[in-house]
Amino acid sequence: MIKKICSQIYITLIFIFLYAPIVTLIIFSFNQGKGGQWRGFSLEWYRELFASEMIMDALWNTLIIAVVSAIIATIIGTISCIGLNSLRGKAKSIYLSLNNIPMLNSELVTGLSLMLVFIAFGIGFGYPTILIAHITFCIPYVILSVMPRMKQTDRSTYEAAVDLGATPIYAFFKVVFPELVPGILSGFLLSFTMSLDDFIITYFTRGPGINTLSTLIYSEVRKGIKPSMNALSTIMFVSVLILLVVSNRKKKDGME
Amino acid sequence: MAKNRKLLAAPYLIWMIAFTVIPLLMIVYYGMTNRDGAFTWDNVMAMARPEHLGALLLSLKLSISCTVVCLLLSYPLAMILRGRGINQSSFIVFLFILPMWMNFLLRTYAWLNLLDDGGILYTICENLGIPTISLIGTNTAIILGMVYNFLPFMVLPLYNALMKIDQNVINAAKDLGANQVQVFFRIILPLSFPGIVSGVTMVFVPSLTTFVVSDLLGARKIMLIGNIIEQEFSTADNWYLGSGLSLVLMIFILVSMAVLNHYDKNGEGTSF
Repeated sequence: MIKKICSQIYITLIFIFLYAPIVTLIIFSFNQGKGGQWRGFSLEWYRELFASEMIMDALWNTLIIAVVSAIIATIIGTISCIGLNSLRGKAKSIYLSLNNIPMLNSELVTGLSLMLVFIAFGIGFGYPTILIAHITFCIPYVILSVMPRMKQTDRSTYEAAVDLGATPIYAFFKVVFPELVPGILSGFLLSFTMSLDDFIITYFTRGPGINTLSTLIYSEVRKGIKPSMNALSTIMFVSVLILLVVSNRKKKDGME
Repeated sequence: MAKNRKLLAAPYLIWMIAFTVIPLLMIVYYGMTNRDGAFTWDNVMAMARPEHLGALLLSLKLSISCTVVCLLLSYPLAMILRGRGINQSSFIVFLFILPMWMNFLLRTYAWLNLLDDGGILYTICENLGIPTISLIGTNTAIILGMVYNFLPFMVLPLYNALMKIDQNVINAAKDLGANQVQVFFRIILPLSFPGIVSGVTMVFVPSLTTFVVSDLLGARKIMLIGNIIEQEFSTADNWYLGSGLSLVLMIFILVSMAVLNHYDKNGEGTSF
């Protein structure tokens, strides 16, 4: 009993630590005027947010980059997992070590090294460079999510389907693919989240004039971030929270 | 057929060569040449200069503290989650990922509101008559910011590793007369080691190389190795020196990870 209460208190404390800054962000998005003092409730920052073309552009860029890079990374990652599954021994371990490099290498070095390559090969900075960079650091997460599923699939069911006359592609989509779906989904979500939240790699690979939310916020840090950013984050956070609660409830209903 | 299938691994191999291997070679190239394109060790040896070495040592100190704090906070948490039903615990785990949907810079910046002179904690302390302390610009603030940002990366692998442990193994140990402490040190801890390795990697590497947290919470007083490298590229415009320092940092990370992975014999450490 005491143990249960203690563990409940512990979880609560951790969540207070995790969510205290977020709650402050949300509260201050409703503040009148700038700064750390509470001056009364107002929606001025929400109005300003939707009026600010710069923030809306950045939001748009962030979302497009996250969606496109997550989709491409998921496709490349999944295809590679199929190929990887038939590799053996040394080839496989070299492949996997290469795949681990972006994760071990720190975002700083990944971003810098890609910047150097883009400059050396005369690739102009812009959307394509940001996308390439994001895809590069997202694929490893896809592979790490799909690979365990791939290992679990039973080869003989696939072979049975082929023996019974299915073309390899048909057999793959009917037999193997459904088993991979949870891994693919979690790889996609992970990629999307990582891309959405990335600052360092975008910072080094973006062109002038293109901002994502992160780089826009970073450029505002020196003069003080406008609370309209808080307002935007509040909206994003609340929508994800609602989505999460709804899907969780559905899952529970499904189980009962 | 099998041969065709192997070919599916090829596109990403080409991608990796183009965007992982060649970029790294570029860092090596820039790190080992000077502006005239001649070979030199100067950029790499520059790490030994007092201002760089100091920054590296400070980064090491802060990132190791951050990693230890994260591990100590996450392990009990993951153990508690293991004890709960899968539904409840996966919901809690999701609550750890949720903050990532709020921009990482904003989240870190929000700590300024909490910790700064005249900030929320300051005001609370003042009203309660507790002596006020200003944390902004101190090492503590940086560690706090790092722990705050990277804690989920420790919790998730630990949680995954602990969930994989078969309850029967633990029950068997108990049946054979092991007490709580023995069960923990002989069964749970060794079996969760891949999770520890992966969590430590995912917290240590970003905290060692960050320049954002120190920028936001360091009040421009604290220079980590990440800040120095970033400045060589953005303001000082000395890519050669910046690459040289990155190269040393990179090798440093790879060596420490190799040492860590050596203890993870199954090589499952990267499972996320």
